[in-house]
Amino acid sequence: MAESRRYRIFIHAAAIVVSLVFLLPFAWLLIASLASPVDLLRVPLKWVPSHLSFSRYESIFSSTGDTIFANFRAALINSLIVASATVAISLTIGVFGAYAFARLKFRLARASLLLFLSTYMIPPIALVIPMYLIMVKLHLLDSRLGLIIVYCSFATPFVLWIMGNYFQTIPRELEDAARVDGCTRIGALFRVILPLARPGLLSTALFAFLIAWDEFLYALIFTSTNAAKTIPVAIAEFTGRYTTDFGLQATGGILAALPPVLIAVVFQRYIVGGLSAGAVKG
Amino acid sequence: MREDDERPITRRDFLGTAAAGTAAFYLAACGSGSSSSSSSGKSAGTVTLNNLFQQQAGYSASDIAGMTAEFEKANSNIKVNNTLVAYEALHDKIVAAAPAGTYDVVLGDCIWPAEFGSKNIVKDLTSLVQGLPVNEIFPGAIQMALYKGKYYGMPWILDTKYMYANTAMLKKAGKTTADLKTLTGMVSTLEALKSKGVLKYPFMGSWKQAEAVVCDYATLVGAFGGKFLDSAGKPVFNTGGGVQALEFMKMLLDKGLANPSSTSSAEEEVLKAFAAEQVAVNWNWTFQLAGATEPSKSKVPAGDVAIMHTPQGTPGVTPPGVNGGQPLMITTGSSHPNEAWEYIKFITSKQAQNNYVKDSLPIWAPSYDEPAVIKTAGAQLVSVAKTQLPDMILRPQVPNYNAASQELQVQIQKALLGKTSAKSALDTAAKAFSAGAPV
Amino acid sequence: MTDASANVATAGALPARRSTRWLARTREARFAALLLVPSVIVVFGIVIYPVLRTLYTSFYAVNSPFPGNYPGVGFHNYTAALSNPGFWSAVERTAYFTFVSTALELLFGIGIALLLYAPLRMRWLFRTIVVLPWALPTIVNGALWRYMFDANYGVINAAFTQLHLIGSYKAWLSSPFGALNIVILADVWKNTSLVAFFLLAGLATIPRELYEAARIDGVTPFQAFMRITLPLLRPAIVVVLVLRTIEAFKVFDIIYVMTGGGPANGTQSVSFYTYQRAFSDEYFGYGSALAYLIVLFILVLAALYIRALRSDNYGIG
Repeated sequence: MAESRRYRIFIHAAAIVVSLVFLLPFAWLLIASLASPVDLLRVPLKWVPSHLSFSRYESIFSSTGDTIFANFRAALINSLIVASATVAISLTIGVFGAYAFARLKFRLARASLLLFLSTYMIPPIALVIPMYLIMVKLHLLDSRLGLIIVYCSFATPFVLWIMGNYFQTIPRELEDAARVDGCTRIGALFRVILPLARPGLLSTALFAFLIAWDEFLYALIFTSTNAAKTIPVAIAEFTGRYTTDFGLQATGGILAALPPVLIAVVFQRYIVGGLSAGAVKG
Repeated sequence: MREDDERPITRRDFLGTAAAGTAAFYLAACGSGSSSSSSSGKSAGTVTLNNLFQQQAGYSASDIAGMTAEFEKANSNIKVNNTLVAYEALHDKIVAAAPAGTYDVVLGDCIWPAEFGSKNIVKDLTSLVQGLPVNEIFPGAIQMALYKGKYYGMPWILDTKYMYANTAMLKKAGKTTADLKTLTGMVSTLEALKSKGVLKYPFMGSWKQAEAVVCDYATLVGAFGGKFLDSAGKPVFNTGGGVQALEFMKMLLDKGLANPSSTSSAEEEVLKAFAAEQVAVNWNWTFQLAGATEPSKSKVPAGDVAIMHTPQGTPGVTPPGVNGGQPLMITTGSSHPNEAWEYIKFITSKQAQNNYVKDSLPIWAPSYDEPAVIKTAGAQLVSVAKTQLPDMILRPQVPNYNAASQELQVQIQKALLGKTSAKSALDTAAKAFSAGAPV
Repeated sequence: MTDASANVATAGALPARRSTRWLARTREARFAALLLVPSVIVVFGIVIYPVLRTLYTSFYAVNSPFPGNYPGVGFHNYTAALSNPGFWSAVERTAYFTFVSTALELLFGIGIALLLYAPLRMRWLFRTIVVLPWALPTIVNGALWRYMFDANYGVINAAFTQLHLIGSYKAWLSSPFGALNIVILADVWKNTSLVAFFLLAGLATIPRELYEAARIDGVTPFQAFMRITLPLLRPAIVVVLVLRTIEAFKVFDIIYVMTGGGPANGTQSVSFYTYQRAFSDEYFGYGSALAYLIVLFILVLAALYIRALRSDNYGIG
């Protein structure tokens, strides 16, 4: 009993420490987004500035026309669309391929997985110019579709590798049991493997979402207008030639962090699904 | 505590996800159709120009939109689409787009004509530029697009580093702006500020390992009468004025006159320090004037901010300022170079530039005598600019400028940090300027 | 583990056992190919031309973005890179960055994963907080840490002086090694959450009965961790290690935003070095060779990992 109590105190204390480490920089971000530039220059620093103003947030929400603020709003939508589509497509495609790697025996399994993974190893900078030419030829420059295609091409090997490994950890007996009952391989995939792999699926989905959400170089080079500009590019434009309003970048950062956080909050229940006793003994 | 139940993922779930994915896909695809604005126009005879500009520097987005609207009114057969990107992205986008000819007019930097011209990324505009009243353009300005005797662009944004001072602090040390006219005067002013306890480090340089340090260095090279390249294009900054310039910078640090954080500060940090009353004298681009006089950004009362010519190395000899301009260029891949030139001619014209003087000063000398210009830009700035802009020192125009500048930055920093002598640092840097591709 | 499907397929078959297994194998292989076709199209469809073109470019002395007749130089770009001290400095820095950041992310990641799995009160709140750094775009993350460590106005300086941990404001980002460590800090802060969530998914697959059985046997939590959790988590750890290593070796965005490679190239990762040579200097041939050298390095690293932490995966090695 005592040990369990010590344990509970320990984990709660640890959780608080971790939370602080993660939250403090965010708190600073929030303060910076509300403070005027001169307040942030004070030495010694006043932790809560005397004048707080929401003007930056107001600009972002209400500004119209071809301003960096309006661009940010458009970028938020673009990023959401691009990232969601990337996750949906790469996960769908990758799950099938991962099944093949995990459950099927075929020659060149290792070699092909290695080949997929090696495309993931190529630094994006190496492919920019030839990729740009392709985008031009296919009229995909400055388009969300173009970005989605490119992002899927590097999210998919990732999905193949992770989900392949993950499927491997799921005992074959469960599937075999289903197939003995007359299920096809694909049926077993849907009915047995995927539900058990849900935590892995969701983590992979989050990973893939981040890849698309955060990607900078290709978005920078391939997009130009609000038709396809994503968040990293829009925030980069908050920087002038010689000056940065860090408060503005902070504002952009906080607003940009909201969608992924919301998505993660909604799905975090699903990430931890344990194997219930029934499934194993089955 | 039971976690979520494991209901099987049914085929319906899967199809639902696939449907959502496909929907997103189509949503995105619809978006792409409208954005593929290619360079050919809709109706016969309409030409569309796609241009690349910079976000937030010199002219603002609305300025550019204003100029463009007027141009389109005057030229009904030309439609203009402008893309604005951050400065850091400009070079990369121009290079990446070059083989595809995506852009017609691009805004460059004064350090790129050599690179872009020699690699045939931008067109030679010499005959076109010379058709303009060139003698009315500041000589310093017209040079910004010059490489090997050819003009690879048309000057548009003009900027140079001025000297700024906090007059209230100067007064406390018993000095005025007149004392800052020469370099020796500047040094004694700084020493007075320090010894009288006004500021521990009265000066601050933007000597970070970035193009910023080369600009400050260039200002001093000009002041000491040095040169970057000789007439044959060989580096000579490791002799004479060039060496004195670097030794001067080191001296300021050694004597505690320059803030030690100078070596990790760029122009922005220097402005912030000035605005926070941590610096009394510094050199910076035009933007510091606005940034130091605006109450929400600066603690310094606007009346205490003085802007003046950079100091003379040799008393009586007006030194050139560093050229920080940005020319407009036409890409070789452009399918409408004539229309592109018309656009450039329009927005670089006296009329266009005079209308938007608040954000960037004109390249035309006569404009500086126009009452409207003086009123909008501010008398103090205009009178100093008139004297500083005619003569500017250009950073060396070599095709491998980026790589060579990197080496120069590293070497200057090494010298400032005392790791090597000024002369040997510059000797090493000079080799980089004459070097070719990595061997 | 026997493959039940093969047995099912061969039940009732007439010919000798050897050829029925072969039949089943080919059927499997064909099925696998079918399942992989979409992936192949999506991955290689768009990437194959750039990959081949860049490889091709690496054998020529290309110094402009235009296609054209450039002199072929065979492996010269590769040998030039390998004999360039600038390249090796970049490799060293990247290796340091990779090793330190991956080790820290793994260490903290496991800890946080355990916390995420533990019976905390308001668990959803904790999980939300852990997601926050991940959600912040890298471009803002880089600016954030650069601003926090600012020599003249940074909060770190303010906090440390007010807490009397240091005497006066320090220029943290002015030293090459210091800047590199701060970039690592920014990277670890952001990516540990991801690692944690990923390992959490791995933790979730460990059957609880094992822990219950261990508790009945009187095993301490620490021993349970070492003997049950860690070994069973090994597949997930290998995957995370390989992926984080690949990412760390490719690290570019945060350096672009935070330091631009400086000071004195102190944060110039091998990917950033490639970017500078290929884009800023326009040495495309050399840059292409650099890119493939990077891929080679990563491949070797990944293979070493997998061999060293040999799990019985189908994987590579």
